[in-house]
Amino acid sequence: MAHLTLSQVGISFTRGGKTSEVLRAVDLSIAKGEFVSIIGHSGCGKSTVLNIVAGLLKASTGGVLLGGKEVNAPGPDRAVVFQNHSLLPWLTVRENVALAVDKVFRGKKTRPERTEWIEHNLALVNMMHAADKRPAEISGGMKQRVGIARALAMEPKVLLMDEPFGALDALTRAHLQDSIMEIQMRLKNTVIMITHDVDEAVLLSDRIVMMTNGPSATIGEILTVPLKRPRRRLDLVEDATYVHARAAVLEFLYARHAQPAVLAA
Amino acid sequence: MASSSALALGTAGRDKASAKSRGPFVTMKGIKGVAARVIPPLVVLAVFMLLWEMLCSSPTAGLPPPSRVVTEAWEVIAHPFYDNGGTDKGLFWHLAASLQRVALGFSLAVIAGVMLGTLVGQSEWAMRGLDPIFQVLRTIPPLAWLPLSLAAFRDGQPSAIFVIFITSIWPIIINTAVGIRNIPQDYRNVSAVIRLNPIEFFWKIMLPSAAPYIFTGLRIGVGLSWLAIVAAEMLIGGVGIGFFIWDAWNSSHISEIIVALVYVGLIGFVLDRLVAGLGMLVTRGTSVA
Repeated sequence: MAHLTLSQVGISFTRGGKTSEVLRAVDLSIAKGEFVSIIGHSGCGKSTVLNIVAGLLKASTGGVLLGGKEVNAPGPDRAVVFQNHSLLPWLTVRENVALAVDKVFRGKKTRPERTEWIEHNLALVNMMHAADKRPAEISGGMKQRVGIARALAMEPKVLLMDEPFGALDALTRAHLQDSIMEIQMRLKNTVIMITHDVDEAVLLSDRIVMMTNGPSATIGEILTVPLKRPRRRLDLVEDATYVHARAAVLEFLYARHAQPAVLAA
Repeated sequence: MASSSALALGTAGRDKASAKSRGPFVTMKGIKGVAARVIPPLVVLAVFMLLWEMLCSSPTAGLPPPSRVVTEAWEVIAHPFYDNGGTDKGLFWHLAASLQRVALGFSLAVIAGVMLGTLVGQSEWAMRGLDPIFQVLRTIPPLAWLPLSLAAFRDGQPSAIFVIFITSIWPIIINTAVGIRNIPQDYRNVSAVIRLNPIEFFWKIMLPSAAPYIFTGLRIGVGLSWLAIVAAEMLIGGVGIGFFIWDAWNSSHISEIIVALVYVGLIGFVLDRLVAGLGMLVTRGTSVA
């Protein structure tokens, strides 16, 4: 049985008496330990899919099953790495992770165990050196590392990442992608990542879910990326499988499902 | 007014920080910086005193010049701590009594104001129900509450405290509500994912996130309290700086009034800076997200 199942998920928003359907009939099954990317043009509702899985939005139709149980409220079993890191600026790096760890593992781990677990997760993303700094004192890439550490520290059944590297420069982004791959190799997390970067999707994913344009967006196609791990970005540049997968995603996004504005231009 | 002084406070803080990072305690640049901030007000003060001295030194002048204020009110200036019982006390005791009333009324207003502000900021229905009422009540002048509270409490002391409370609570409520309404959705999402309960959410997300707004309200509130207490004490009597000023007027001790006003101004200034400084300390990091 699939670890995470979305069946016939749809959502409509009503504003000023007008109802608009954003998502329609999204069906997706994700196996344990799988890394799945969702890619699509901006405004197609890919973040909406993630927010429904996270429980931050309620689906109008259909439902989400995680480990055989329906989910309809947010919880630490579906930890989210937010696009803009969402660290609390008045807490230090360590306290930000501690807020989550102390809440999620209260009663399950003793205080020294929790302290050790916080440091373990900060070390995982190489952020121990800045543990006592506040978010305003560290760079954007570091903030996102802390966001990832906070999410990983909740030991989620599925890790949700909402354009985690969208606000970062290209070099920092590549660095973090490598970190994510390495951590993924070690922990075997189930991951859903929203992205609009084709290279990022191909490099990181086992499968790429391509969304059609809204309104009433849905899954257009799912591409399996049969690249062996560990993947090294330099080796992949001329790898036939990589090039082919990349071309397939580009073709979907820019030829068959180009944005109207792009088509006109 | 509040915003301009807040700005000045901000730059002062930065100067201090940069002075700290420079290393040596006393540098030429550091001295110059201090001088640049201290000398202009002193010069203006000196010019003002001179002008006052000239204008009021004619025998027909209604108000005494500064030199006569000092000589006439020397008793009051030199002995702030005397206590002959009743209301015959030094300025220190009058100011202490006023400050005590403000501290009590203001503390009650902080507790009630933050709680009501949170309610109004968090709940759409509480806002619709309470906000129009608050908007009407907050325009009532502080002293207009005094007769009503005297009727209710039948005693000067609790009435004065109530006037402070009712004067300072409105800016606290309104600013807290704005702060709560401005909590970024991201922070709410974070707390939803880790499943904070409402009490944890209040202490760990709401208060720190809204703190800059809350402290703006506290600062306005403490200023209004100090404005109201002097007026209220003129009416209720007993020990207090307001009574002292009224008593001095009744005995035609104009110089004593002037001395008392200087104290009232200085203490109001210190109260404002205290709350602002506390706010800077508490909201460190929050304002720079």
